[in-house]
Amino acid sequence: MKFAVIVFPGSNCDMDLYYAIRDGIEQEADLVSYKEESLDGYDGILIPGGFSYGDYLRSGAIASHAPIIKEVIRLANEGKPVLGICNGFQILTEIGLLPGTLTNNRQNRFICKQVELVVENNKTIFTNKYNLNEKIMVPIAHGEGRYYCDEETLWELNENNQVVFRYSQDVNGSVEEIAGITNKQKNVLGMMPHPERAIESILGSDDGLKLFKSMLETQKNGVQI
Amino acid sequence: MSEPTPVQIKEEKIYQTWGLSDSEYELISEKILGRLPNYTETGLYSVMWSEHCSYKNSKKVLRKLPNDSSRVLAGPGEDAGIIDIGDNQAVVFKAESHNHPSAVEPYQGAATGVGGIIRDIFSMGATPIALLDSLKFGPIDNDQTKHLVKEVVAGIGGYGNCIGIPTIGGEITFEKCYEKNPLVNAMCIGLLDNTQFKHGQASGNNNLIVYVGSTTGRDGIHGATFASDEFSNKKKKQRSAVQVGNPFIEKLLMDACVEIIQEHSDWILGVQDMGAAGLVSSTAEMASKAQSGLMLNLDNVPQRESGMSAYEMMLSESQERMVLCIKPEFEDDVLDFFEAYNLDAVIIGKVTSDKQYKIYHQNKLVVDIPIDSLTEDVPEYDHQGVKPARLENNNDQFVPEIKSFKESWMNILRSPSIASKSYLYETYDSQVKSNTVVRLVVMLELFALEEQKRLLSQPTIVILDMCMSIHISGVR
Repeated sequence: MKFAVIVFPGSNCDMDLYYAIRDGIEQEADLVSYKEESLDGYDGILIPGGFSYGDYLRSGAIASHAPIIKEVIRLANEGKPVLGICNGFQILTEIGLLPGTLTNNRQNRFICKQVELVVENNKTIFTNKYNLNEKIMVPIAHGEGRYYCDEETLWELNENNQVVFRYSQDVNGSVEEIAGITNKQKNVLGMMPHPERAIESILGSDDGLKLFKSMLETQKNGVQI
Repeated sequence: MSEPTPVQIKEEKIYQTWGLSDSEYELISEKILGRLPNYTETGLYSVMWSEHCSYKNSKKVLRKLPNDSSRVLAGPGEDAGIIDIGDNQAVVFKAESHNHPSAVEPYQGAATGVGGIIRDIFSMGATPIALLDSLKFGPIDNDQTKHLVKEVVAGIGGYGNCIGIPTIGGEITFEKCYEKNPLVNAMCIGLLDNTQFKHGQASGNNNLIVYVGSTTGRDGIHGATFASDEFSNKKKKQRSAVQVGNPFIEKLLMDACVEIIQEHSDWILGVQDMGAAGLVSSTAEMASKAQSGLMLNLDNVPQRESGMSAYEMMLSESQERMVLCIKPEFEDDVLDFFEAYNLDAVIIGKVTSDKQYKIYHQNKLVVDIPIDSLTEDVPEYDHQGVKPARLENNNDQFVPEIKSFKESWMNILRSPSIASKSYLYETYDSQVKSNTVVRLVVMLELFALEEQKRLLSQPTIVILDMCMSIHISGVR
């Protein structure tokens, strides 16, 4: 399976994702510049964390106008897996592939620590290796990770099983402790926690590995949803 | 406003306000130049001869420290030290204080302290892998100290988190002697392939000097002099000496510099960070080390303000700027390379063989001095130590009196210097790059080298950054 890791000026978790693919699940990954205009030949798109364009204006706002974005949207609409982590999640909400927005943590400061997540939906291409309601440890590292959406969107997210991960405790003030959501078609996932930083137990946890393995499993054998 | 003439500088002793002594001024005008230095030249000497740049007061003491070993690949005189760790890898490291700016503007002071130390590491061609900070504040029982702690920690996190280098440890302690005058020491560690080390040198007649990074403004003028001065209630006037950091630009600059040194080392002869005393310090040191001269044209320097004088441009400490010395045949390659990173890069001068430092501004020669006089002719001072009175009067051994072990133990755990500061450490991204094994423990940090599959038996770097405040303050 061949992944594209999209690199914007200011992305800083691109190499973490690259190693998660190369060493974690032993698949192919390319670092693809924001200037590129084609993503032909890739089976999955990964948008890394970091501070694209220094978070100027608003997290993810400037990256949403980069040349590569058209292609990201095209592949998402074709049903290819698109995963945005942290700043990647912020970018996915900015370009409208995911509903809602991410704003300042309730504590109004950056928080970096291991947190416990609950797998709320294991029937997706990203989570089929997890059990339903499985508790996993994955780190967060963000200042603007509080998920917010209006009541109607929230009702839809729950109704369609689009909430994939929730924090088991309130960590940043997100509505209903939402940590990660998919689009309606469930091929685009945005999440604030960093599964790519949880692929080796020596670094604190390898609970994130199953997420990447799930994508691989889907590619190989399809997934029963 | 016109600049003072050389005669005015001498008669009104203007040089004194920049930290030059009468004897130093005489040495410059009578022995070195044989004429009175003009305004810009006097400014250059005052910053280059400041303690911050020249170590004129501390060199004799610093020379007593051992630095001779087959494992030392670079020692004093370079931007950072380099230690061979075997397997063709080397660790590059440096710690530097940013105390004065942090006392005046704690957020930016701490942030630019981090930014400066990172540039010192990647200018050697190393990839920065970790940051640590040793912070000392006064007792945390008043609003001013609380403000300083909050802003310094926010500045460190704001810079390190954005640029994407994990802040993996350090310390935060509180002692009476740091009241209103905190110590903010930032440390950066880099990893280097032994063969890729670049000296900060500008050598070879007609090789070109390239300026890369942010534009030059009036911020931080005389920062080096300011940092060398006794801290006093003059600080309100010194506000312009504080710089403002931009970690996003530094991230681009870091990625570009590491790549150009590692992938295109045949293009370049030297790389140097523009830190304290900005353009003058970086270029003069590069040329002096290589026994060369330099010709600079300041009209090419990218400026963020209009009407800047030569003096202001040379002494500006605007952040996120680097100087490279390159071979002229690769001029287009180098400029195109940086353009792809959306960074300003311009040719501002060239290496000459006459060992003079010649600076042109608006088609006028505004500086013409021997380049070595800025770096080599600085007088060294030998200060006599004086035993503090408290040591004369108090020779008794300190004997702790313990009435209740439980109470003493609880008091120790409760003391702000010992108590958990995870609330503060959590605001640092300690994991980015996915190489941190143990982070932000009080005293010990382990750091895994980037390997495909890690096992505990593989090499790890253990980094400890501490400064014993009690011994230094001598108060107990």
